[in-house]
Amino acid sequence: MAAGLAAAASLPRPPPVLARRRFGFAAGLFDTWPNALVTLLLVWLLIRIGIAMWDWAIVRGVWEAETAEQCARTGGMCWAFLADRWRLILFGPYPYAQQWRPALAMVLFALLLGASLAPALWAERRSRLALGIAWPVTIAAIAALLWGGVLGLPAVPSRLWGGLPLTMILASVGVSGAFVLAILLALGRRSDMPVIRAICTGFIEFFRGVPLVALLFLASVLFPYFVPPDWTMDVLLRAQIAFALFFAAYMAEAIRGGLQAIPRGQYAACESLGLTYWQAQRRIILPQALRTVIPSLVNIFIAAFKDTSLVVIISMIDLLGAANASTAEAKWWGLYIEPYLFVALIYLAICAVMSAYSRGLERRLGLGER
Amino acid sequence: MSPVVTMRAVNKRYGPLTVLDRVSLEVARGERIVVCGPSGSGKSTLVSCINGLVDHDEGRIVVDGIEVSRAAGTLPAVRKRVAMVFQQFNLFPHLTALENCTVGPELALGIGKAEARASAMALLERVRIPEQAHKYPAQLSGGQQQRVAIARALAMRPQVMLFDEPTSALDPEMIREVLDVMVELADTGMTMIVVTHEMGFAREVAHRILFMDFGRVLQDAPPERFFAAPATDRAREFLSHILRKDAA
Ligand SMILES: Nc1ncnc2c1ncn2[C@@H]1O[C@H](COP(=O)(O)OP(=O)(O)O)[C@@H](O)[C@H]1O
Ligand SMILES: [Mg+2]
Repeated sequence: MAAGLAAAASLPRPPPVLARRRFGFAAGLFDTWPNALVTLLLVWLLIRIGIAMWDWAIVRGVWEAETAEQCARTGGMCWAFLADRWRLILFGPYPYAQQWRPALAMVLFALLLGASLAPALWAERRSRLALGIAWPVTIAAIAALLWGGVLGLPAVPSRLWGGLPLTMILASVGVSGAFVLAILLALGRRSDMPVIRAICTGFIEFFRGVPLVALLFLASVLFPYFVPPDWTMDVLLRAQIAFALFFAAYMAEAIRGGLQAIPRGQYAACESLGLTYWQAQRRIILPQALRTVIPSLVNIFIAAFKDTSLVVIISMIDLLGAANASTAEAKWWGLYIEPYLFVALIYLAICAVMSAYSRGLERRLGLGER
Repeated sequence: MSPVVTMRAVNKRYGPLTVLDRVSLEVARGERIVVCGPSGSGKSTLVSCINGLVDHDEGRIVVDGIEVSRAAGTLPAVRKRVAMVFQQFNLFPHLTALENCTVGPELALGIGKAEARASAMALLERVRIPEQAHKYPAQLSGGQQQRVAIARALAMRPQVMLFDEPTSALDPEMIREVLDVMVELADTGMTMIVVTHEMGFAREVAHRILFMDFGRVLQDAPPERFFAAPATDRAREFLSHILRKDAA
């Protein structure tokens, strides 16, 4: 057996890593006749679309106009409208002179989010601590900016909030609330305790089965009938809760899928080390489960972000609602493409950032994957 | 001296299937037991009952004076005393080798980060893979992973080590390195209960060999006697089968 020690000292090879086959940029575009033909056709189409867009937006674009009618003379894009209305679209009914406040709040939020999403900052104890302080401070600052009523800022009630800030609040608060709830629901649905399992299953099935529009309606219109009359709750908060509950149900199912992919041996190892249920979940099970469901979670995040636009049905004026409202004035009647294209590009840009981030995160976390 | 593990008439059933049938066993401190027997004979269930991974239906199991009982809430205390090494390693794939060895002590034993790291590092050295400390399990060979798993178990400073077929999932050339670590561990006087079919290992380190079949312990004898005179036909059959495979 002593001889074996020497043998063990010469370490075995590490497991082979399968190299991914790499293709050049143009691979598959021109390798066969049919492929080349399809490629050429698509390139031709793209060029045609590009030229048409250029022609519409730039060549025939109208910069000087007072009304939609004047804009219509070239049949091109009405830049004059956007120049006149962009602040209404971005900030909705928020008082014009105070719109720097939501603008600043969004910048703060973007900075905070950008900093928090850098994985490099999670590893360091000190930077984690800094983030832990930055979050409540920034949230408080954002709340103070939006609501006002402090530091000499005039108060602005939440029913006047709108546009992109409202969309971002609905999405970020809704999604973070939903995420926390979803983890609990997913764990609960796999619980050994029948009552908890039944409650979580019922919750998920209910909120997944009811249309979001109906939930929002319930939250805004019917809510007052169900509670004592002296009970009031901000309509924004009610919408927020409806969003969180709805998306929690979807996220819970995605997370449950991730939990199901964790081998039983992981639980056995946690138990044998004497970890408690919550220790095991927090340090071992959830980190692995969540990592595998990043793509489907991001999918839900993006859907949630866009679905915040449904608040128009309870007369909140989010980004899309504001775009809708921007042509309400008689002089801009009849314009449709400009406002919707404008907000579509904003939605698209934000969603593109989200998916790019999730791809980066997946790549990063791929390290150490089994 | 009082035994560190005592099992008295332990029964375990899955539905109609009796997996452990009146198993009784006493293991003294520093004693090394090898458990063998055909597949499905209840070996894994036996060792898993000792640290409460599996709840037994009847009988008593006492570890270091503590009755193993989920209902009585003694499992945390039991698991501080009993560590386990699995056939499939069961390392945490998102943690490095070192982190695998510190997570238990930090969370379950409340040991400080620095101290947990230092002793985990010492253990990785002891299983001869200190240079792999910062690698992830997927970057390690099977033999290396199992040695990390042994270090992880030892990091809990257990009084008893359970091994459930620690080399069965390994390629032949890696079995040796794991067995060597286990032999060294045996030399330190650790109490070990090892399910294995490595009869060379059993002959060398075991004080007693248990032969199991159909959930019963059919023979409990020192290795010399076990190999010289298997008590039952089943054991004889099993041994000749195992040894023939070893020779091949
Ligand atoms: N969770 C379980 N549910 C039902 N049957 C099980 C379970 N675990 C083990 N068994 C059965 O118990 C018997 C003994 O299993 P095990 O202790 O793993 O045997 P061994 O380790 O000796 O191969 C087998 O027949 C197996 O199918
Ligand atoms: Mg087994």
